[in-house]
Amino acid sequence: MFGKLDWSAIPFDQPIPIITSIVLILMILGLLGLVTVKGWWPYLWREWITSVDHKRIGIMYCLLGVVMLIRGFADAIMMRTQQAVAIHSPGYLEPEHYNQIFSAHGTIMIFFAAMPLVIGFMNFVTPLQLGVRDVAFPTLNSVSFWLTASGALLVNISLFIGEFARTGWLPYPPLSETTYSPGVGVDYYLWAVQIAGVGTLMTGINFVTTVLKMRCPGMSYLRMPMFCWTTLSSSLLIVAVFPILTATLAMLSLDRVFGWHYFTNEAGGNPMMFMNLIWAWGHPEVYILVLPAFGIFSEVFSTFSGKPLFGYRSMVAATLFICVMSLMVWLHHFFTMGAGPAVNTFFGIASSVIAVGTGVKIYNWIFTMYGGRVRLTVPMLWSLGFIFTFVIGGLTGVLLAIPPADFITHNSMFLVAHFHNVIIGGVVFALFAGLDYWFPKAFGFRLHEGWGKAAFWFSLLGFWVTFAPLYILGIQGMTRRLQHVNIDAWEPMLWISVAGVALTTLGAICQVTMLVVSILDRDKRRDVTGDPWDGRSLEWATASPPPFFNFAVLPNVEGEEAYWNIKLKAIESQQLAPEPEYREFEMPVNSPVGFYTAAFASLTGFALIWHIWWLAALGLVAAFAGFVVFAWRDVHEFHVPVEEVARAERARRAARKALLEQMAREGSPS
Amino acid sequence: MSPTSLHTAREAIRRVSEDPHRLGHRAHEGEGPLPGAGHGETGPADKRIIVGYGFWIFLLSDIVMFSCFFAAFAVQRNATAGGPGISQIVELPRVALETGALLLSSYTCGLSFAATNARNKLWTQVFLLITGLLGLAFVAMELQEFISLAAHGITPQRSGFLTAFYGLVGLHGLHVTIAGLWLLTMMAQVQVKGFRREIIHRLICFNLFWHALDIVWIGVFTIVYLMGVRG
Repeated sequence: MFGKLDWSAIPFDQPIPIITSIVLILMILGLLGLVTVKGWWPYLWREWITSVDHKRIGIMYCLLGVVMLIRGFADAIMMRTQQAVAIHSPGYLEPEHYNQIFSAHGTIMIFFAAMPLVIGFMNFVTPLQLGVRDVAFPTLNSVSFWLTASGALLVNISLFIGEFARTGWLPYPPLSETTYSPGVGVDYYLWAVQIAGVGTLMTGINFVTTVLKMRCPGMSYLRMPMFCWTTLSSSLLIVAVFPILTATLAMLSLDRVFGWHYFTNEAGGNPMMFMNLIWAWGHPEVYILVLPAFGIFSEVFSTFSGKPLFGYRSMVAATLFICVMSLMVWLHHFFTMGAGPAVNTFFGIASSVIAVGTGVKIYNWIFTMYGGRVRLTVPMLWSLGFIFTFVIGGLTGVLLAIPPADFITHNSMFLVAHFHNVIIGGVVFALFAGLDYWFPKAFGFRLHEGWGKAAFWFSLLGFWVTFAPLYILGIQGMTRRLQHVNIDAWEPMLWISVAGVALTTLGAICQVTMLVVSILDRDKRRDVTGDPWDGRSLEWATASPPPFFNFAVLPNVEGEEAYWNIKLKAIESQQLAPEPEYREFEMPVNSPVGFYTAAFASLTGFALIWHIWWLAALGLVAAFAGFVVFAWRDVHEFHVPVEEVARAERARRAARKALLEQMAREGSPS
Repeated sequence: MSPTSLHTAREAIRRVSEDPHRLGHRAHEGEGPLPGAGHGETGPADKRIIVGYGFWIFLLSDIVMFSCFFAAFAVQRNATAGGPGISQIVELPRVALETGALLLSSYTCGLSFAATNARNKLWTQVFLLITGLLGLAFVAMELQEFISLAAHGITPQRSGFLTAFYGLVGLHGLHVTIAGLWLLTMMAQVQVKGFRREIIHRLICFNLFWHALDIVWIGVFTIVYLMGVRG
């Protein structure tokens, strides 16, 4: 009846997961209770859960990403402390448990923290910057989000029911085959990532179409803000490589469920095929994350230097160069696994060449600041910290890209330090910069500057104190994923690393304080004009927060830096552009189909993990029924009345007019 | 004006009203940017273009997924683990029949869209039905092939080669099956809702999908079966 599922699946004998689970369940129940008591369900359902507004979906993606970032960080704290205390002793984590923690840490951080945050920014920002009212497929966008959430849910259920994979964040066969991993851990991994991956693929399709086919009048390709270019490149990579992930995980699932022989060690299976396929996805995945991060930095550097982005066209070229090259370097993840010198040389050179594109970008950012009026705001601090940190991460990457050197550092702590160097220094710093930068646009008030700066300094310091020792340990020969350590000489460095984690924790506490403090006195930090940073792209042309339709009238772009030109014109002539003629337009209606799909995807995923076949079949039938019901709906869009459009736009114009008059009194700042 | 030329003129007007951006008939020179085509100068493309474009992108991603299974087949083609090889399991007559059914179904699918363009519900439905039946015949023959192979102990569990064979051919079969379910819902929608704008868009997507599956089958037929006969 319930497949492999019975009471033994709940880890009553292991205090850490069971206590965490109980606390989490109580917290969730408390939250649900609060929402019920306060009567917030109708609001949540109407305005968020069924919303197809790209801004709302973007915010929900970011929220999911932040929650999972905290979960992944908790795993990180356990790993660092375990290694520090487990010198000649077993430490406080069982080997099986420790292996689940490092696997969960990687899986959660990449798929359920970094990806949702990056996609959240893509969602929130791209249509605003393109000057349009929504993405190409708004309902599909909602489905994408809820599928990602469904995957995240399955990973977290594994904490309480069953176990998670012990195979690392990429389940290498033959270890991940049933022979060596008979439990449900790998199945949790497979179905969680598979479901979330489908969501991501649809996001990619959505954003390729949005950027290529939905731009406001006059927004030709070479007038798009840099972030839109990086969204496009990242989405193209998603479309190109996420199907590979889907195929690879499907093959491993077939091996595990039906005893097929794609990657097994016997009967003609080929484990190396898995390495090639998974990294053909895995390496571009790194760039899927980091390209939008580069986009965020480009916006920040240009805005806070008060200058157009230096070398815009070379930046576009570098982005597309990285986009293409990222598909040609996957083999550097396994130089040591038996490819010949010729193959290794090719991929070594390709991996070094890709750094050229990034180098171009670094110089462009530095030259953007050169001669500019640089404002050291919180987003700018993160960006400066990024340049410093990321360059070092890039250099250690070039070192790893040289096959003979890689034979020494492969799978060592040096590698661990390197990829955290680029992912934290590149992606995470960008996300925090973007959070501070676009927060006023999303919620209508600025974040507290002091706490933001404190968070930055603690995080930067914490990062280096955590990972510099790991570089040294790697050179000294410490391999990754050790459950305990038998070499005394490594102990001091491991403890320094723990101190770094403590500093990073302080940074995280500062971030939370920043949010709480800012929300509490939000009335003092209101952004009434919609342009709090003296911005240059179209998202700053509308109100903060923007009306659900973004723009009353689609902007007409007449050059690069669309909004900057509009602003300069207004300042020069001391008046706003003439009031446009408002017209009625259509917006997509809300739809519960995303939530419905994800609910049944979770159920089906759970059923497949535990081999509850009738439930899986039920889930698929329900999915088909949902598809038919959705296809049958008659109302797709609703009319936004002219009066509503005019009211919103006139309020915005009044605020802008007031600002213009104030500037005239005080003398123009720009 | 003769009845024929009147008919032609009406046809031309209808085409323009349905396809105002003259997709596939774009001016190569002399004319400015096309309104609603989404080329940047004139604002967002209209819905029909966006839907078709997005679906093309999806098809490309689907073809990437197939390419992984093709790659696995290429890698594991000789990994027979002492079991039967490709030349021992190919039955060309059946595959020829399968291929014939599928290619014919693409033709009838195209006819159904011609009928859709003429807003003829009856013929749209008739040709969609024929398309579906041919697809069903294809899937049935494939299933029969799998069952008869399995009856001889030739299952995917036997060897890496058979895993890759069943995986690739089965993935295509699964796609045709899902496309068949989609076809049924399309027929129901056309019957109940008629030729509404969004239903035309869906029919465009369905057509693209069906033809794409045909193209993939050409690959399967060539790489698995035709090249397999020689062993």
